[in-house]
Amino acid sequence: MKVLMFGWEFPPFKSGGLGTACMDLTKGLARNGVDVTFVMPNMPEGAEAEYVKLIGANNLAKHIKIKGIKTILTPYQTSEDYDSALLRIPLQGTSGKQNLYGKDMYEEVGRYSQAAKLIAEQEDHDVIHVHDWMTYHAGINAKEVSGKPLVAHIHATEFDRTGGNPNSHISHLEYEGLNAADIVIANSHYTKQNVINAYNINPKKIEVVHWGIDPDLEHFNTCHRHLSPFKNGEKVVLFLGRITIQKGPDYFIEAARLVKDYVPEAKFIFAGSGDMMPRIIERAADLGLSNDVIFTGFLKGEEVHKAFQFADLYVMPSVSEPFGLVALEALKNNTPILISKQSGVSEVLSQVLKTDFWDVNAMADKIINTLRCDTLHGELRSNGFAEAQTFNLDTPAQKTMLLYNKAMMM
Amino acid sequence: MVDICFYFQVHQPFRMRKYSIFDIGHNRDYFDEEKNGEIMRKVAHKCYLPTNKLMLKLLNKHKEFKISYSISGVAIEQFEKYAPQVLESFKDLVATGRVEILSETYHHSLAYLYSKDEFVEQVKKHKKKIKEVFGVVPTVFRNTELVYNNEIAKFAEDMGYEAILSEGLDHVLGWRSPNFVYRPHTTNKIKLLMKNYKLSDDIAFRFSNQGWAEWPLTVDKFSKWVNSVNGSGEIINLFMDYETFGEHQWEDTGIFNFLDHLPGEHLKNPDNGFVTPSEAVKKFPARDVIDIHNLSSWADIERDLSAWLGNKIQQTAIKELYMLEGQIKAANDAKLLEDWRKLNTSDHFYYMCTKWFADGDVHKYFNPYDSPYDSYIIFNNILNDFIIRLKEKELKIKIKEN
Repeated sequence: MKVLMFGWEFPPFKSGGLGTACMDLTKGLARNGVDVTFVMPNMPEGAEAEYVKLIGANNLAKHIKIKGIKTILTPYQTSEDYDSALLRIPLQGTSGKQNLYGKDMYEEVGRYSQAAKLIAEQEDHDVIHVHDWMTYHAGINAKEVSGKPLVAHIHATEFDRTGGNPNSHISHLEYEGLNAADIVIANSHYTKQNVINAYNINPKKIEVVHWGIDPDLEHFNTCHRHLSPFKNGEKVVLFLGRITIQKGPDYFIEAARLVKDYVPEAKFIFAGSGDMMPRIIERAADLGLSNDVIFTGFLKGEEVHKAFQFADLYVMPSVSEPFGLVALEALKNNTPILISKQSGVSEVLSQVLKTDFWDVNAMADKIINTLRCDTLHGELRSNGFAEAQTFNLDTPAQKTMLLYNKAMMM
Repeated sequence: MVDICFYFQVHQPFRMRKYSIFDIGHNRDYFDEEKNGEIMRKVAHKCYLPTNKLMLKLLNKHKEFKISYSISGVAIEQFEKYAPQVLESFKDLVATGRVEILSETYHHSLAYLYSKDEFVEQVKKHKKKIKEVFGVVPTVFRNTELVYNNEIAKFAEDMGYEAILSEGLDHVLGWRSPNFVYRPHTTNKIKLLMKNYKLSDDIAFRFSNQGWAEWPLTVDKFSKWVNSVNGSGEIINLFMDYETFGEHQWEDTGIFNFLDHLPGEHLKNPDNGFVTPSEAVKKFPARDVIDIHNLSSWADIERDLSAWLGNKIQQTAIKELYMLEGQIKAANDAKLLEDWRKLNTSDHFYYMCTKWFADGDVHKYFNPYDSPYDSYIIFNNILNDFIIRLKEKELKIKIKEN
């Protein structure tokens, strides 16, 4: 089986959740004998060798072919982000950047989608698989060229990303892709429901495939607990992710205030960056938490694992979290977690704490009890880790393969 | 000849409400009135009322038919509060004279394991309640969830009981069958009735399982299995939760129809009959001595205590509960004592169970909370409120003394 996949850069070049998800899926598919031609925006220097290394065994690499389309698009980009990225590109020779890239993000997405036609002509494939709205038009174009079935994967809707205030241009592109797809893969029942509510897509063509996590990753076997910056018995509660409306940092800071009364030695770490950071800093000051809240900025790679390992509890208070792979990473690092019920991952985890993102009292109650009670902390930690061990990359890959077969029979 | 001995467990806990850390010191309302009422009315409608009606019909139809119940004190209280007609229908059954009520702890607790004094008080409280409500005095004891060992049997004997119930443990019985009356090791008078778990679970668990080779279970088939014991056994102990009828096995599975026709089919053989536990131990001699040293129960595949005390949060919760016993009793506050006792109910620890493989699914079905950890947190919060109440009491006493 040959898949033409339009995805996003693998780590370490970009380590958003989408890149990791694409890499894990590709790895799982290759391991199950599927040939993947992986098309990505940008192809950084030395990328191919780097991917082979990430994929691991060389015998898997023979199933994977990387194709790049030169663009400055990145996942989760806003049209303002695009404009500033464009400004940063130096003028080259006489052609100029204006000829190379689209004048705005939407034109660039269109340009990327046109390039997809050429690849669809050149590359032999049985099915086309696209990941999130920026690649949807590429998929529609590829389908026009080859006539092969289109599988549209939805990792997050525009409604999730914007806390219910969608950009109409983006949501329109999202709708077109979902509508044109033969099969839509949602990464949770939660996302499936969001797709149905937002776009009125036929529920029968939306299938749910929950993500897994690579069981062989080495950094889960190290322990950096001793690396905690705190030495006087402080308890660390960690928020890790983009500091944006979607991730619920404002609810977390309110909960922190309540926790402080009961656990004075608690420290709250915000690992990440985002447009809500100034507001959170200000709110922390208003609440008298300036000395208890620490902002680390965006963490990557090993730093993420270190942060998990010295945290006593990881909190994911997302307002809307289509899946939430980071929750599994926390568990793999032996950290207990408290996740919002408005998340896909909460559908597949039982050995964790859960709360509604808006229920600040319940959130604080659970944080306080976990910090104060070693027995509870220990039980959550060992059972959560054991539960995370049951996830792998083969299960989602095999489910996806069944859906490829289904799409090919349609 | 072979007699069937039916014993049904009737129990509903007082479920805790979502008592948060911010309620501590401000709110003494620990139990979820609304949810408890709702569940009681639902189960009454699906199980207790229709099953009691059917049982009364069967008792009137077959004069040989007999059954027994163990009804926890907390269930009776909730009948009185939320579904008095259920209690009336149980009274009608007992009034036939062929329905026996067994003894247990009022709060359906694991008190025996942590405090013998408290255990005795709870058993007495239950006995008193049964006398008040039904006008009878139980003579047979069954411990919560059939938690059992030799020592418990001896203790029950010393309390004056003539029989006690346990699970029919394969590893103890060996070549012997549960289909006889036995004598517990180290006792002189008390007799032991052991659950025939195969036939009991065929009804309680497998009845509607379409993946089971014997599905559908017909009265005809079941009676053949019972009759095949003829000659190699004297009594078949069918012990199960009463909620099997209509709640665990829904009406559309045909469970009521099965129950309706079972006594008639069983009695077609004139040598067959029914006995209550107290009749069984009068009728049959103890055929052998059964030595059960380790604690056992009727739960899960392990038949041990792991469903209630298998993990550290369960062990911590129950230890901390009983650590307060002395202070609670010394405080001499009836309301506080009763609140504390309601937390004794074994279900609270069951909800904290984290064995999620295999048996886990069953636990999840019965869990009113989002997770086992949530129930622990709620339980812990309530215990912390008890501590505040105890301190207030001490303060008041000191003020008075001064």
